[in-house]
Amino acid sequence: MNDGTPIGCRSAPVLRERGQHEVFCGLTAIVWLHRKMQDAFFLVVGSRTCAHLLQSAAGVMIFAEPRFGTAILEEGDLAGLKDANEELDREVARLLERRPDIRQLFLVGSCPSEVIKLDLARAAQRLTRVHAPHVRVLNYSGSGIETTFTQGEDACLAAMVPGLPATETSNLLLVGALPDVVEDQARVLLAGLGIDHVQVLPGRRADQDPAVGPHTRYALLQPFLGDTAAALDGRGATRIEAPFPFGEEGTTAWLRAVADAFGIDEATFARATDAPRARARRAVAAAAGTLSGKRVTFLPDSQLEIPLARFLARECGMEPVEIGTPYLHAGLMAPELDLLPTPVRLSEGQDVERQLDRLRADRPDLTVCGLGLANPLESEGLTTKWAIELVFTPVHFYEQAGDLAALFARPLRRKAILAGSFSLPVAGNTPGSGAEPRRAP
Amino acid sequence: MKLTVWTYEGPPHVGAMRVATGMEGLHYVLHAPQGDTYADLLFTMIERRGKRPPVTYTTFQARDLGADTATLFRDACLAAYDRFRPEALIVGASCTAELIQDDPGGLAERLGLPVPVIALELPSYSRKELFGTDETFYQLARTLAQPCGRTPEVSCNILGPTGLGFRHRDDVVEVTKLLDAMGIAVNVVAPMGSRPSDLARLGAAHFNVVLYPEHAETAARWLEREHGQPFTKTIPIGTRATRAFVEEVAGLAGIAPRLDTGDLRQPWWSASVDSTYLTGKRVFVFGDATHAMAAARVARDEMGFEVCGLGCYNREFARPLRALAKEMGVEATVTDDYLEVERAIAAAAPEMILGTQMERHIGKRLGIPCAVISAPVHVQDFPARHSPQMGVEGANVLFDTWVHPLVMGLEEHLLTMFREDFEFSDAAGPSHHGGHAPVAAGEGGSAPHPPEADSPRSISGHRKDAEPVWAAAAERELRKIPFFVRGKARRNTESFAAERGVAEITVDTLYEAKAHYAR
Ligand code: SF4
Ligand code: SF4
Repeated sequence: MNDGTPIGCRSAPVLRERGQHEVFCGLTAIVWLHRKMQDAFFLVVGSRTCAHLLQSAAGVMIFAEPRFGTAILEEGDLAGLKDANEELDREVARLLERRPDIRQLFLVGSCPSEVIKLDLARAAQRLTRVHAPHVRVLNYSGSGIETTFTQGEDACLAAMVPGLPATETSNLLLVGALPDVVEDQARVLLAGLGIDHVQVLPGRRADQDPAVGPHTRYALLQPFLGDTAAALDGRGATRIEAPFPFGEEGTTAWLRAVADAFGIDEATFARATDAPRARARRAVAAAAGTLSGKRVTFLPDSQLEIPLARFLARECGMEPVEIGTPYLHAGLMAPELDLLPTPVRLSEGQDVERQLDRLRADRPDLTVCGLGLANPLESEGLTTKWAIELVFTPVHFYEQAGDLAALFARPLRRKAILAGSFSLPVAGNTPGSGAEPRRAP
Repeated sequence: MKLTVWTYEGPPHVGAMRVATGMEGLHYVLHAPQGDTYADLLFTMIERRGKRPPVTYTTFQARDLGADTATLFRDACLAAYDRFRPEALIVGASCTAELIQDDPGGLAERLGLPVPVIALELPSYSRKELFGTDETFYQLARTLAQPCGRTPEVSCNILGPTGLGFRHRDDVVEVTKLLDAMGIAVNVVAPMGSRPSDLARLGAAHFNVVLYPEHAETAARWLEREHGQPFTKTIPIGTRATRAFVEEVAGLAGIAPRLDTGDLRQPWWSASVDSTYLTGKRVFVFGDATHAMAAARVARDEMGFEVCGLGCYNREFARPLRALAKEMGVEATVTDDYLEVERAIAAAAPEMILGTQMERHIGKRLGIPCAVISAPVHVQDFPARHSPQMGVEGANVLFDTWVHPLVMGLEEHLLTMFREDFEFSDAAGPSHHGGHAPVAAGEGGSAPHPPEADSPRSISGHRKDAEPVWAAAAERELRKIPFFVRGKARRNTESFAAERGVAEITVDTLYEAKAHYAR
């Protein structure tokens, strides 16, 4: 990438902060994972808080009778762990009886279950024995004390790796739960390169689990899969180092790395990618007009922040001010950091109050942040893009590049449209915005 | 352990947040793992607040567990005090912190902060959100209310409104109007709308108006004991209750009742001939006990509906609700399990449901229209327009809201007359409403929607006992009955047949049952 702009952040200093984190816990990943794995049920062993979190994060979707639930610990369960195990076995048996379509059951640990040291790994083994071969029971932790938001997916996939069938063949494994439509696009692109022995982790159903072995090469689709990568390395598989497939450039670089690993020649690569590349560039250009020259800050949320900032900077002409990430996996992120424009402020972890102080001093044109912060920041006159949508919306690969740019352009366009009808900010009349409390007449 | 998918109430610390977020000048330091901050978005998204809830979370992580978390808590308290300079601090533990036993109250007290620090004991594994609001407000009142003389003029406090309360914002406006009309001053509105320093003068009021017993009854009882303030028991939802409330208030204030009914349209709307078709419509009512009981009375006495089911999810108030259900001759459904509510609704086969967000969706599933009368609610029930439930305007709002989902009278007649008309096909639903069309993708507004896929819904299981069989002709005849009463007709016919040991339902059985159940 020799286009003359100063690039490369691999050795840039990272601001590491401790303090209040305004983030979701890993349980939240269940909301999309249960959609992807169609015969899996996610049973959180936790408290009413955990159930309430899932309900709040899943919004109205909860009414589709989702394949997840919470076994809420009650006072009695805290008194004796033996009883808690018995209770769990009973609840699981009842659940599996009611839902005979379930083939994989995930016991998902929470803060309460971790703190009382309820051994869910043992429980998973025990329950697998009881319900084999029809159902396989796995365990991972999505607790807030151990995982942040998308790390829940990492913990889940990493827990699946030891159980994957072994193989001696040379195959390509794509890792990360993507919307089906995007997954299919990736397969078509790879088939165009002549790579068709492609499997995906997680599979859509238990019987579609990929096989892994010493000749397996794998490429990550998401940046938050550090533990899963380590587990695959442990099975002898080799990681294909690449930036992540966001935007035209990211997708091309990702495909390039895979193509190189499989010895695909330049002409084939060009044949397979030229047309979609051009399409993606055109689509991004439509939104780039709004984004170009605007300053953007990311608050930590999903670990997607660095690749997305790279996309916005290089393909949409934005200027990253601060890129906050909940966790920076230097190894996985190296190809991304190489592409980032310098200088940029990178921060890992969070002290939310201090970060907001910096944000208010920076006053970027666009702030990417969570739902707990978005409206309060809007009422301070900042423009925000709520980050969770970036995890729930198809944004990977060529055909989504334009949509991805549009997600960031939309709040700016909206602000411009509304600016004509009243002067912003308008939150003086919203509750809690500092309006005088009601007083006696 | 109890397997749960939907919860009507959050954990008790969310109740404490609702109190803190409703107030100004109060800050809540919550000992909680990172991740529990999700609760902020209830306020910033559903209630659309333009400000972060005044809550500092310690957000401890696994590596902090051990002696470290106590330090973390102390630091968080100090930092929160320094930054926000509140008039008072509440401190407590979420479910996880309750297990690590750091004693937030003791730790905070030893910091010697120059403002009152109130420790909350909220047992997360046995109590829920509404206990959290009530207990928090009680502790605040108990700690902050100072002995003081009564105001020279007749005044009262309005107790109960909180953050994230169903129509609390507008109810306060309406009730203030009622009091105003009688020349009664409002001393303090709390918790929502007050500061800790306002709570100090709670005792100056002559009596208390309790709008939501779920949130304020314990505090009101304490104020009655300690400050000699009687409190109102009538919830002014509906025209009759509003009148009764005005009389009760007048009694407490020692003045003549006065109600300005210039804008009260509900009684005439209900009496006008257009509403005749509402008579005897069967409604199922579910919500928090206060709203459910009020709605059931309005439904029966002011709308002319027949209440065919009544229930609540907060057991703390089960007793009066059961009594009312008994008086109305229906079974009380007291449960926090929405699947049980769904079963009760299916069994009662109502023509309309008055409930919470959950019942709205149960109604959608069963094809029964529904109006929302109680929390928990989604973003659309925090409307921009003025929409109280209480007082004069509240009665008007109730009428409109409840009638709107129903098929209009004329439409109902046309549907019966021309039931073979293709435009009145079952799938169409009420023409004015699009009520049973597929859910719009953006419904619920703010909540993130992962791509929808079809998921089997069988958690509730299926029961298939020996049921009477429908003869083909009877089945065809049944199809001619308009969809909105067909479910009831099917059920009535089946129980009629079952009671008489009829194995096959014929067209005759159908009409015999119709005659039998005619009202
Ligand atoms: S942070 Fe912990 S206690 Fe809170 S919802 Fe997540 S897992 Fe449950
Ligand atoms: S659309 Fe209207 S009538 Fe239909 S279920 Fe929802 S609220 Fe009820």
